Amino acid sequence: MNPLLKSIFSTEFGFAILRVTTPILLPALGVAISGLSGAVNIALEGIMLASACAGVLVSAFTHSLLLALLAGIAVGVGMAALLGYFHIKLKADIILAAIALNMFATGITIVFLFLTTGDKGSTSSLTSQVFPVLHIPLLRSIPMLGPILSGHNVLVYAALLAVLLYWLITFKTPLGLRIRAVGQNPDAARSVGINVNRTRMWALLLSGFFGALGGLYLCLGYVSWFGRNITAGRGWIAVAAASLGSNMPMGTFFSSLLFGAVNALANYLAPLAVPSEFIQMIPYLVAAVALAVYSARAMRKRRRKIREPGSGGAA
Amino acid sequence: METILEAHHILMVYENGVVANRDVSLAVEKNTIHAVVGENGAGKSTLMKILFGMLQPQEGEVRWKGRKVLLRSSAEALRLGIGMVHQHLMLAPDLTVAENMVLGVEPRWGRLFLDTKKAQAITARVSQEYGLAVPGASKIKDLPIGVRQRVEILKALYRNAELLILDEPTSVLTPQEADVLFATLRELKQHGKTIIFISHKLEEVKQIADRVTVMRDARTLTTRPAAELTQQDIAFLMVGREISFERLPPPRTVGETLLSVRNLSYLNEENVRVLNNVSFEVHAGEILGLAGVEGNGQTELVRILTGLMGGSAGSVRIRGEPVNGRSPRFIRELRVAHIPEDRMEDGVAAETSVQENLIVDRYYKSGFSRGPRLLWPAILRQSQELIERFNILASSPRAAVGSLSGGNIQKVVVARELSSDPQLIVAAQPTRGIDVGSEELVHNLLREARDRGNAVFLVSADLDEILKLSSRILVIYNGELVAHFPDTAGLSGQDLGPYMLGVQRQEAVSGEVRS
Amino acid sequence: MEKFVLKYFNLIRTVIAVLIGLVISIFLIYVVSKDPGFSLQQMLLGPFLSRSRFSSLIEGASPILLCGLAIAVAFQARQFNVGAEGSLYLGAAVGTAFAVSTRMPAFLHIPLVLLVAAGVGAVWGALPGVLKAKWQGSELVASLLLNYVAYFLGLYLINFHFRDKEAGYLVSYQLPQTAWFQQFIPGTRMHWGILISLAGAVLVYLFLYHTTTGYEIRMTGFNEKFARFGGIDVLKIVVLCQLILGFLAGLGGMTEVMGIHRRFNWQAQPGYGWDGVVVAIIGRNHPLLIIAASFFLSYLRVGGQVLNLMSDVPSEMITVIQSVIILLITAEAFLARWRYRITVRQAERPEAAA
Repeated sequence: MNPLLKSIFSTEFGFAILRVTTPILLPALGVAISGLSGAVNIALEGIMLASACAGVLVSAFTHSLLLALLAGIAVGVGMAALLGYFHIKLKADIILAAIALNMFATGITIVFLFLTTGDKGSTSSLTSQVFPVLHIPLLRSIPMLGPILSGHNVLVYAALLAVLLYWLITFKTPLGLRIRAVGQNPDAARSVGINVNRTRMWALLLSGFFGALGGLYLCLGYVSWFGRNITAGRGWIAVAAASLGSNMPMGTFFSSLLFGAVNALANYLAPLAVPSEFIQMIPYLVAAVALAVYSARAMRKRRRKIREPGSGGAA
Repeated sequence: METILEAHHILMVYENGVVANRDVSLAVEKNTIHAVVGENGAGKSTLMKILFGMLQPQEGEVRWKGRKVLLRSSAEALRLGIGMVHQHLMLAPDLTVAENMVLGVEPRWGRLFLDTKKAQAITARVSQEYGLAVPGASKIKDLPIGVRQRVEILKALYRNAELLILDEPTSVLTPQEADVLFATLRELKQHGKTIIFISHKLEEVKQIADRVTVMRDARTLTTRPAAELTQQDIAFLMVGREISFERLPPPRTVGETLLSVRNLSYLNEENVRVLNNVSFEVHAGEILGLAGVEGNGQTELVRILTGLMGGSAGSVRIRGEPVNGRSPRFIRELRVAHIPEDRMEDGVAAETSVQENLIVDRYYKSGFSRGPRLLWPAILRQSQELIERFNILASSPRAAVGSLSGGNIQKVVVARELSSDPQLIVAAQPTRGIDVGSEELVHNLLREARDRGNAVFLVSADLDEILKLSSRILVIYNGELVAHFPDTAGLSGQDLGPYMLGVQRQEAVSGEVRS
Repeated sequence: MEKFVLKYFNLIRTVIAVLIGLVISIFLIYVVSKDPGFSLQQMLLGPFLSRSRFSSLIEGASPILLCGLAIAVAFQARQFNVGAEGSLYLGAAVGTAFAVSTRMPAFLHIPLVLLVAAGVGAVWGALPGVLKAKWQGSELVASLLLNYVAYFLGLYLINFHFRDKEAGYLVSYQLPQTAWFQQFIPGTRMHWGILISLAGAVLVYLFLYHTTTGYEIRMTGFNEKFARFGGIDVLKIVVLCQLILGFLAGLGGMTEVMGIHRRFNWQAQPGYGWDGVVVAIIGRNHPLLIIAASFFLSYLRVGGQVLNLMSDVPSEMITVIQSVIILLITAEAFLARWRYRITVRQAERPEAAA
């Protein structure tokens, strides 16, 4: 066990945690902001997939990271807009419509993959661009923290900034205020003249944006190719993370970090004779258990509010 | 005195044909506190919704400062200077006071950002200007209702409301908080504001109003200075009508106690004591009527009696069996039927057929199922019988309940509940919003039940109904029983009104009522 | 004519959604393929053109049908549990383990293996239900996560304890013949297990519409408050319908293993659980409609395989088509204005009944 403990408390592990957390954190922020408005977007799995695919293909054919970035974001936001249109205008149940969109993304990305590479497994035949890695000069000299924080892909830093951005939008802009109001009491928002549907649409577009960044990092940073099922359910873990974090910036960040840590830990268990299947199962199991614990505590909190009438004494 | 807001000859007919306002006229003078009183269904809420732009009348006009206006939305009303404090507060619970204050008109910092400091400053400024202290940085959900209401008032004032409409504002307040509110209202008057105040609590109306408008049966009866009227006068105007001589012949024999309630109390989520030491009994062969304006604890009482709501203290026994906290099915199995107050929410599943709705309480009983198997022929037959017996207008037993008119939906509910051969019937607002013919039918059915030796606990805000059907009458006000009339002979609305409106209370009643 | 449209409006809307999906697929094929006419022909007609393909259509419908029934039972109670995929996988894995480790005559072996698989699936499916009933936790998120857990658990079980080392790739031992569903048409893989899914559809139909518990499930789905008001034990129903979901899904997985593969050889999740969601939505949670939807989806699948094989269009096109179809179906307001106009016209007619 000793070497294991040593690895866990090493800076490499800290580094790995940040790396692994990013593709969970970004979609989680997407789920969170849509959740705040009362129309939760669970299609982040599909949005990440589609954005990643678009990013890789565009980067491979144009050799431009910028174009890849724009393409990925456009696809992500576009899919979220589609979800918004179907839910808000056409009154589709947002859960079912999201399931349909996830399926759609799964299919259409493989179709594009096949069309461009002739291969249905991955884009390894293509050379995709990769977002650059940043070595931050002052930061990296800090003992302990330096190797953990410096040397990451730029999108990892973008993810950390995204948490800040999320906080800014939610708490420091009128839009964020309206999003929160609409989610808490749509009638109240309506009574002061706020367009509830438009506000929810904005929240969805933002969620598409965050999801797109997550997908772009996954395939143009974390790895440098797109393949079938590359997202591996991170979109669903993101849903759990947002839920555990109550859709709040720091809460979502920490729960994403938790899942990231568990994921990273899984990789370290590989050399020990733990079956790989167990290792891969851990993040999902942890997420499920966390969801159960969270729900139980929320229920207990609600029950405590309805107190038994005490003896005597009018209000 | 100049008139700031007027309504002239308003006619408002709802989609279902109900006439809510008939030739309603109102003139509110600037800088007064103008109370509008009336029973439930008198038309006050409708009138307020029209004045606030939430509804558009079929006929009539509204004038603001002498000019005719067409209010198509509440945003337009707000722009003119009309603000409203709803009964269900329009606040976002997890946002702070300051955030709720500026919602929709947020102060900006550099075009893109929210100026939270400015929001706080605005809140402080408006709060100070009107002398209404509110904690700008606290979240709404952490504040007591009295303070929340104050935020709602400030919200309207910030948006330059010159006239404030308050809809039953004291219904959610404790007496102390109500006093604070009145002080606030007087303060606002000093600031030149005008207030319209809807209430059914006459004591408060006398306390605070300058002028009173009484509404009854969708009309405005009269508007007079409050000083000229006593509470009794107002009560008389509100409920007095041709004395209905229709009385049921007295019950033949009053039998065993079927429902016994002792010291029932209930504290809701907001820690308001919604029911306070309620005790009463209902016997076989009688109809016990509970009179009271809606919102005085009846809803909770009924839900506790029928097993839909827990968390109450005290004892409830049905035929001697303790049932407080038991499931709805357990209580139904004791031969209790429940005609619910909100038929769409609890009474029916609108998307499915009439026949499926008619069996929800009996599908598992022999006759309708054999073991796990549903006996559809028997179910269909019963549906057809019930449709005929209760005169339900539906194209077929398979028609979706949601496609029926309100009266017919209620008939489905009543048909189901009364055909279950109950010993105790709990009927909450059973004829609300239905046509006269259906109402007649329901009343006859309740009378038949009584004659058969069943017990009926009738909860209604409709005095005519209570007076017509009840063998005995209890009056509830603010969660307490304030009157008991063991003999209904010669009783009229004028007798009950004062108790319903909190003007009077019988001393011996608080505590226990025994027949 | 218009009366007919109003009465069967939902069905017509579904058919229109399907047609639009097919139209879009035609458009996509034209964009993607170098010989669109040929590709289209292969996709639409291919499944009927050979005995083995046609029987693939029928065989393939079987697990989809069972999973569709599973999802429908939960959806009828408004429980958004999508855990059919996990239940079918884990159920089949444990069922395989049991089948491979026990010896008994076929008439005992077959039902017992099925029971084990369905039982495991049921317990797995009920977990999100318990979470929802006890603590109001999201059965949707829980079932999604548990799908993955089930996958890895099942994979571990097979790869580490029941792996057939003599086979060339990662599969389990072959099931003893006593645990096979016999294939009865030579040249095809049609097996008796298919009858189980058809029987299942009939049974689920009878269950939902002709039993007391089925009634409870449906009323809970229509209006939970009403169900509770009437005396139905809503919490029990929430758990029960998801238990049934798991049971049927486990059955679906195992019959597939016993009838077609005779080994557990799914190294990746087969996807029948998600197909189940698709057909449940298309069939509006009605078992008999789901039969048709399952055959339709299977037809699309086989068409996709033919497409893949014979032309330059990948089979994932089918996933695209099916997702468009269900997206249109979930849009309640889709064509709503048309229906509204018809309703108004009908109401204005003099002979309109009260």
